[in-house]
Amino acid sequence: MKPLLELAHVSYAYHSKNGETIALTDISFQVKKGEFIAVVGPSGCGKSTLLSLISGLLLPESGSVLFPWATQQVEDDYVQECAAREHCDNRNVVQAGTGFRDKIGYMLQKDHLFEWRTIYKNVILGLEIQKKQNEESLAKVEKMLKDYGLYRFRDARPSELSGGMRQRAALIRTLALDPELLLLDEPFSALDFQTRLTVCDDVASILRKEKKTAILVTHDLSEAVSMADHIVVLTKRPATVRTILELDFEEKNLTPFERRNAPEFKMYFNQLWKEMDGNEQKQ
Amino acid sequence: MSRNSNISSTQENYLRRMKHQQYRIKIIQILIFFVFLGLWETAVQLSWIDGFIFSSPSRIWKTFAGMWEDRSIFLHMGITVAETLISFALVVVLGISMAVLLWYNEELSRVLEPYLVVLNSLPKSALAPLLIVWLGANMKSIIVAGISVAVFGTILNLYTGFTELSPDKIKLIYTLRGSRRDVLTKVILPGTIPLQLSVMKVNIGLCLVGVVIGEFIGARQGLGYLIIYGSQVFKLDWVIMSIMLLCMIAMVLYGILNLIEKRCLRRR
Repeated sequence: MKPLLELAHVSYAYHSKNGETIALTDISFQVKKGEFIAVVGPSGCGKSTLLSLISGLLLPESGSVLFPWATQQVEDDYVQECAAREHCDNRNVVQAGTGFRDKIGYMLQKDHLFEWRTIYKNVILGLEIQKKQNEESLAKVEKMLKDYGLYRFRDARPSELSGGMRQRAALIRTLALDPELLLLDEPFSALDFQTRLTVCDDVASILRKEKKTAILVTHDLSEAVSMADHIVVLTKRPATVRTILELDFEEKNLTPFERRNAPEFKMYFNQLWKEMDGNEQKQ
Repeated sequence: MSRNSNISSTQENYLRRMKHQQYRIKIIQILIFFVFLGLWETAVQLSWIDGFIFSSPSRIWKTFAGMWEDRSIFLHMGITVAETLISFALVVVLGISMAVLLWYNEELSRVLEPYLVVLNSLPKSALAPLLIVWLGANMKSIIVAGISVAVFGTILNLYTGFTELSPDKIKLIYTLRGSRRDVLTKVILPGTIPLQLSVMKVNIGLCLVGVVIGEFIGARQGLGYLIIYGSQVFKLDWVIMSIMLLCMIAMVLYGILNLIEKRCLRRR
């Protein structure tokens, strides 16, 4: 099966009057469907920029962000359609890559729930914007609110909720649009340590249950090891891929919390630490 | 969530103290007003000051009652209030739509900024004679005078408020695949409602100022006209009564907007 996402030699620089800041140089990696990828790197190395590039909020200055799996799907449909009909229109195939961008969910560092909306109104914000409020999608939102313990608070204001609950509401807001690929930009960094561990478990189990592909950006190495299938290690700015670490826990389907107690955890953590450390030394 | 059921005695004390303080402030405020009126009246009665040029509460009351009889006071007050409300409504519409336009087009806002700043600090009374010449001595120029005092500050304040909204909230809309229009309708406008209300609260007073300036120069009715006419024919009772009425109108208009603001913010 073709990878869901492919980054090929992506570079990006920010421009200002005082000069240009090169954020990313020659980033290449792939993400397969259903995988959980963590991206770690020193703070300020351009991790968030990477997510913005994938989601299409920014366009790479060179290199490309591709969605081979989605393109393949459209191509297959196209071939089938052509077999059935005589007239063929290949416009859809050309747009396939960018069309997939609508299937990307992006979770920011803070929940940014709007105080002037109730939790329910906040959660359906994405559906409202994309005009996808229909019986099916709203029923799904209801169900998620119930499943994740927020149904009672659907008419409450965000300020009445705890940090963990707010983050879960933000996750539902993202999942309501039924994304294929989730981008998580340090979504737990605003939480205190205890809440973080539980929300981390929550999110991981939600993502597993909904069978989502996810890319998590974090500077917390233990968080990366506890959640991911692969870890992409970036160097200091201008960031490039230093190495990609494959995590293989003997026992599959561990929750992040259980992983922290698994025998392999320490090994992977140290390995990652060394990579990051070498990172520092080299500079 | 009712917390009335089990209030501790210290909390109760605190609440009582707060309430007492509130009452005390209200009573002192009202007292100042009446003491002032009393002193004024006495000073005139005992000929410490000349009632002909300083008027007095009783003379003002007599004037007011007389004008109430012949209904002319309703005309003057009504005209001034109507002009103020019309110019205020236009300021709201113009102010918000201009601020939105500037927000949509950053380059335009940078081009216009110095002009807005200059127009905002320009004393609008300087414009009033021009308006009368251009638009004629009628209600139109008075309403425009009212608008001119308030509108530039409104645009600047609202635009600044719009741009100061957290960029991450705007990014959120884009991550949900929203357009710039969605940013406007889902974040900028609802997110700045407290600012909009507080700007409007200031504006209604400014509109009144502009309207009175306009009436000074080009009106046959209204409290501004009454002040100018009264001073010309040396009927200072009219002048001072009009000033008192303007104070009351300003207070009532502000009070209404304050109420609207409180209600809107509570609902959120």
